[in-house]
Amino acid sequence: MIKTGYKTKKAIGNVFAYIFLILICIIWLFPFVGLVLQSFRSYATEYGGMVSYIVPKQFSLDNYKFMFSGETNFLLWYKNTVTIAFFVSLLQTMVILCVSYALSRMRFAGRTLLMKSWLILGLFPGFLTMICLYFLLKQFGLTQAGAIPGLILVSVASSGMGYYVCKGYFDTIPKALDEAARIDGASRARIFFTMTIPMSKPIIIYTALVAFMAPWNDYIFASYVAFGHDKSYNVAVAMYRWMNTNDYQGYFTRFCAGGVLIAIPVTILFMFLQKYYVEGVTGGAVKG
Amino acid sequence: MAHGSKTKNKVTLATLLSALGNDLKMIGLTFKEGDIKTKLSFIIMGLGPILRGQILIGLVLMLAQALFFWYIKGFGWAYLSKITTLGTVATQKIKRKTVYGDNSFLILLFGVLSIFAVIAIITLWRLNVAENRKEELALKAGKKLPTNLETFTSLFDKNFDKTLLLLPVTGIFVFTVLPIVFMIFIAFTNYDSNHQPPANLFTWVGLENFKELVSFGNQGLGPTFFKVLAWTLVWAFFATFIDYFLGLAVAILINKKGIKFKKLWRTILVMTIAVPQFVSLLYVAKMFANDGLINGFLKSVGLIENSIPFWSNPMLARITIIVINIWIGIPYLMLIATGLLMNIPEDLYESARIDGASPWQMFKSITLPYMLFVTGPFLLTQFTGNLNNFGVIFLLSGGGPGTISYAGNAGTTDLLVTWLYKMTVNDSNYKMASVIGIMVFIVTAIFALGVYGLLPSVKDEEGFQ
Repeated sequence: MIKTGYKTKKAIGNVFAYIFLILICIIWLFPFVGLVLQSFRSYATEYGGMVSYIVPKQFSLDNYKFMFSGETNFLLWYKNTVTIAFFVSLLQTMVILCVSYALSRMRFAGRTLLMKSWLILGLFPGFLTMICLYFLLKQFGLTQAGAIPGLILVSVASSGMGYYVCKGYFDTIPKALDEAARIDGASRARIFFTMTIPMSKPIIIYTALVAFMAPWNDYIFASYVAFGHDKSYNVAVAMYRWMNTNDYQGYFTRFCAGGVLIAIPVTILFMFLQKYYVEGVTGGAVKG
Repeated sequence: MAHGSKTKNKVTLATLLSALGNDLKMIGLTFKEGDIKTKLSFIIMGLGPILRGQILIGLVLMLAQALFFWYIKGFGWAYLSKITTLGTVATQKIKRKTVYGDNSFLILLFGVLSIFAVIAIITLWRLNVAENRKEELALKAGKKLPTNLETFTSLFDKNFDKTLLLLPVTGIFVFTVLPIVFMIFIAFTNYDSNHQPPANLFTWVGLENFKELVSFGNQGLGPTFFKVLAWTLVWAFFATFIDYFLGLAVAILINKKGIKFKKLWRTILVMTIAVPQFVSLLYVAKMFANDGLINGFLKSVGLIENSIPFWSNPMLARITIIVINIWIGIPYLMLIATGLLMNIPEDLYESARIDGASPWQMFKSITLPYMLFVTGPFLLTQFTGNLNNFGVIFLLSGGGPGTISYAGNAGTTDLLVTWLYKMTVNDSNYKMASVIGIMVFIVTAIFALGVYGLLPSVKDEEGFQ
């Protein structure tokens, strides 16, 4: 008697849990479904503004055609963003690997001082330095027309300070392995390139993925550096302007279409590498 | 606690002073006991090592000194000498031609750079002396000095750290340290839209700007500053803890025994992390707009007559932001919580169940303490991250709605950082932006460094073993 009572109670509990989970998933996906549906709304018959319904009355590819037509520089902005994301991802991963290995494996004078001072530097808000950075870049001709390499340079230059997760991972690789290799006569550089790096695939992919995703969101600095130079915008800058400085009522569905085009490659990449992302977040976040 | 750190500070100061003393003693001793090569090296850096065959080390030192003199003579001194006034010759228009005078911005920037160069050369000079002494003592003891090739290959072995860190540290120095120091100095000048180089000069004003920030007079920023600060703290508190507990709840729910498709639920939630925030947040912001989807829908079904002012009522805007932030934060926290929940030993629950504990009791006395213990540092970084969570505020409300009771163009949902951004980009009020930046740093540092020491997982590392 008691047993069945327990079972039904559990079953009811599970039903509620399922209802709750389905509800959460609907809420979480709702904006994305809305985004996709709106992007297919016909611009010709329903105009591009905001409406009070989600399912378009007439589906069409008007908004996507607009993206690929010569009317905007969308393709150029897209290319800019991909370029920045690719190089930042590549170079930032290299920098972080170097810093993490040095801090995890080697003991040198000033090591703790370095770590402490970076910790304190990290407490300053990033925008504080914006005008100074802008000026520094300007000296090298890396603003406006040269904004793309400029943005890559700034993102990569300071990325060494984000070594925490990667160092945490290196710390878990037993030092005895290094010692053994050193006894066999391998140099530090050899250990780093032929042992540590091949063993660190998950954390390398995590670092590269996070670095790749960040530039897609970069509005603040990107707009400041590219100031007024339309051809140097990235998608975030250009599309933010569609929604805020232009007549957004005419650009809303176009924004949605652009958003879909942007989200697709990042989401696909993310889905494929999700395993590594989860590993990085759950492994690194807690150590702080 | 405070007492402890005070004595610790005293100790570090004492060790620093004695280290400095030892250094001076070492330098003096090196000069007294050193041969002519060493003595010459005091003036021409790296000469000693070169004469002893240590070409690589010697050349690097010599080059550094040459570079320093070249910079200071050709460039640095012109700026450094004006740093006390930040320039006195104003730009003028003479017969339609603009004659440029001093540029305060450049004077400050390159002045700061020159100060760093001086510090760097002193450090190098000290290393130069130490290197000379080391070589001399080694030779006296009859040892051989390493060959140039050995010195070079050590860069990939014993000194590999130097190779690895050279570029990253230089990058951080030029693109983080130098700008931060520069901006801290700006807080003590009157650099704003009325004093913009090269047309105008700006100059040192001492603590004026800090006084303005906390002044409660007619034009003072004081009331606005404290209101913005209060909202920043309230926001960070709610954004951190609501997300944390709800994320934990969702993770526990998905982890619950008997729930199927665990992977599916997780994937759906995690997928939302992948979509760039500026897309999802801008879309959601428009969803809640007066003419947006939510209001439009509620109106069309007849639930409301006038739009709910999600973005134009200060209180409602704040609540909306916190609620939307839950939508962003939960997937991330769910991920972390899932990983940790699996680490809790199952036998703890087993024995609790035998003792007849209810699920709530188990959560309260096993899951929660464990999670709080392990995630303490993480919660803290989340909190300090939220203090500076620019993206969410900027993309959702842009800091608005504005109100006349706020000065300095601040809006009612502005955090200190978004206010700082507005001051920089919209108002060119660099001096106040710098002051606010320093305030942000102080607030963040108080939480990050102060609370960190109080965390149980830091105080008592073995507590949960």
